[in-house]
Amino acid sequence: MTPIKQEKIQTKDLRYYAALSGDKLQSKWKTIVIFIPFAWLLLFFLTPFFIVAKISLAELVITSPPFSKMIEWVDGSVITIRLVFDNFIYIFDDPLYARTYLNSVKIALISTFLALLIGYPIAYAIVRSKPVTKQLLLFAIILPFWTSFLLRVYAWMGLLADQGTINNILIYLGVTDTPIRLLYTEFAVYIGIVYTYLPFMILPLYANMEKLDSSLNEAAADLGSGPINTFFKITLPLSMPGIIAGSLLVFIPATGEYVIPDLLGGGNVQMIGRQLYNEFARNIDWPVASAVAIVLLLLLVLPMAIYQHYQAKAAEVK
Amino acid sequence: MVNVKTSSGSGALTDTNEIKKDKPLLEIRGVSKKFGDFIAVNNVDLDIYQGELFCLLGGSGCGKTTLLRMLAGFEKPSSGQILIDGQDMSDVPPYKRPTNMMFQNYALFPHMTVEKNIAFGLEQDGIAKTEISDKIDSILKLVELQDYKKRRPQQLSGGQRQRVALARALVKQPKLLLLDEPLGALDKKLREQTQFELMNIQDKVGVTFVVVTHDQEEAMTLSTRIAVMDRGRFIQTGTPTEIYEYPGDRFVADFIGSANILDGKVVSNLEGMIEVSTYLGKFSFKSNSNISEGSNLFVGLRPEKISISKATSKSKGTTGYIDDIGYFGNTSRYKVRLDEGQIIDVTAQNQKRPKDAKDRLTYENKVNLSWDNSSAMLLLK
Repeated sequence: MTPIKQEKIQTKDLRYYAALSGDKLQSKWKTIVIFIPFAWLLLFFLTPFFIVAKISLAELVITSPPFSKMIEWVDGSVITIRLVFDNFIYIFDDPLYARTYLNSVKIALISTFLALLIGYPIAYAIVRSKPVTKQLLLFAIILPFWTSFLLRVYAWMGLLADQGTINNILIYLGVTDTPIRLLYTEFAVYIGIVYTYLPFMILPLYANMEKLDSSLNEAAADLGSGPINTFFKITLPLSMPGIIAGSLLVFIPATGEYVIPDLLGGGNVQMIGRQLYNEFARNIDWPVASAVAIVLLLLLVLPMAIYQHYQAKAAEVK
Repeated sequence: MVNVKTSSGSGALTDTNEIKKDKPLLEIRGVSKKFGDFIAVNNVDLDIYQGELFCLLGGSGCGKTTLLRMLAGFEKPSSGQILIDGQDMSDVPPYKRPTNMMFQNYALFPHMTVEKNIAFGLEQDGIAKTEISDKIDSILKLVELQDYKKRRPQQLSGGQRQRVALARALVKQPKLLLLDEPLGALDKKLREQTQFELMNIQDKVGVTFVVVTHDQEEAMTLSTRIAVMDRGRFIQTGTPTEIYEYPGDRFVADFIGSANILDGKVVSNLEGMIEVSTYLGKFSFKSNSNISEGSNLFVGLRPEKISISKATSKSKGTTGYIDDIGYFGNTSRYKVRLDEGQIIDVTAQNQKRPKDAKDRLTYENKVNLSWDNSSAMLLLK
């Protein structure tokens, strides 16, 4: 029997049982319950997206709001729809944007990799620890969320500055005579991003690894596999869903990050979030800012959509 | 451990499978395991020989799984020594032991096909690819899963997974195969069928099996020898027949099968003959135990060893009334209230189909009970 056929029978069966239970009131409630998050997404995600998309296809004009109308009545009888692609052409023409996008993706990728490198052993250790320690460690992971994100970035500025804590300690220890430049470098941006997004890597990894059956590791050992081989052949492949979830949760916000490169990178680190802010707030060029946002969104959504597509296909094969 | 040499037939009991008793394959020497204050396994000694199918039998928490895990190397004994084929296993990690285990939940790798699951252990030994695929083919043939090579564990039924787990453990041809509740996850019909398959497979491959189970029926059918465990200790070790017919104490008599346990008092102990008086009369046993006159012990009488018949006016001996009936089709189980008030369990074969209602034993019938005194079991505690 082909898997697709199996699937069909299953859904048919489900419907059959649903019909048997025959509780129409219940199915009405189901619709309502599903409708609420759907309406939420529609109202607060999809609508703003279309507004931004619309602005990205407008022209800069000195009015309020500062962009041209898309749909206009001309002479009271003709509707004109103006779609201006100048903003996108401008973004693709000016190498500054391409470079900034690439730099953002590069920084986000490296940060994600570093967060994974640090987060994986931490998640692994939490899973393996005793129940009481586990609660304590998980609490410690979540603890930073209780203070303001901005405050924590400012704290890093204090640590990394030329006259900051780290340099003072290094000078006191005689490692260096003059302060090492840490703040306003790409290094500082990496520290900021990895530090800020580490919990988003650890928590999905923890959730995934917590579910892994420890008897699988024992089975591998029993079959003659040493600890390192067991890790690469059993634990790592089985924790892939957690790795992917955690990596997406770090990579996506890191790509569009504005505060960290602005405060810790200064003018030296070009990231698309800062570029977007500059277009929007300094140049007051809403159409270009919107186009930058749309391109960023496509840049992030496309790989995810492709991944989802293959995931779904793989699930179908199973 | 209690060791009772009881009445007549004790010497006549021989294993059905001849097992060479020259040098044990597995030697367990004074092994204990403590978890904090809790003693899971308490000073256990055991020898298991090549080709045996040995069952560790006991209720949950009796330490049987802990003992098995110590054999596999997942737990370290707190004290004592485990030797396999004469080699001390104390410092040998699980992945270097000549044992393989079949896990209770099978622990099949979900991200690998049946074929890859079985190949995993062979790959660790650095065996050539062609040889691996030959071995996989022959082991899958043995467990009758040739057509399931490319399936993943979640696409298999419970019985099929069980066989994949068995194949994966067997394919490495371990000296010792450890099975943790191998049939526990299967339904009753499949379990019965698989019991015999398991015995056939063991017979074919000749690997020594150590099986952990809580199911006394499973232990009785499968094994060449059984160790009954309770609270971390071995209570009794022997062949299924020995354990069933000559249990050493109340616990074993009650745990394996069922038994009427009668309070008894030693009347006399002369020249290896112990006479015990109970409310069902006197019983005598051959025993070299030096138990003194007047001390209390128990006598066990299995329900199927008592015959039951409708009492007639001429009936002598023990009589009583039927209090309760359990009808199982092939057998019936009666609870008989004796004239003195005690309740005795009796099992009878339903050999003939009753012709009419009068032909059948029923509630409040007066019945006559009889048994062969030599079927009684002396239980020292």
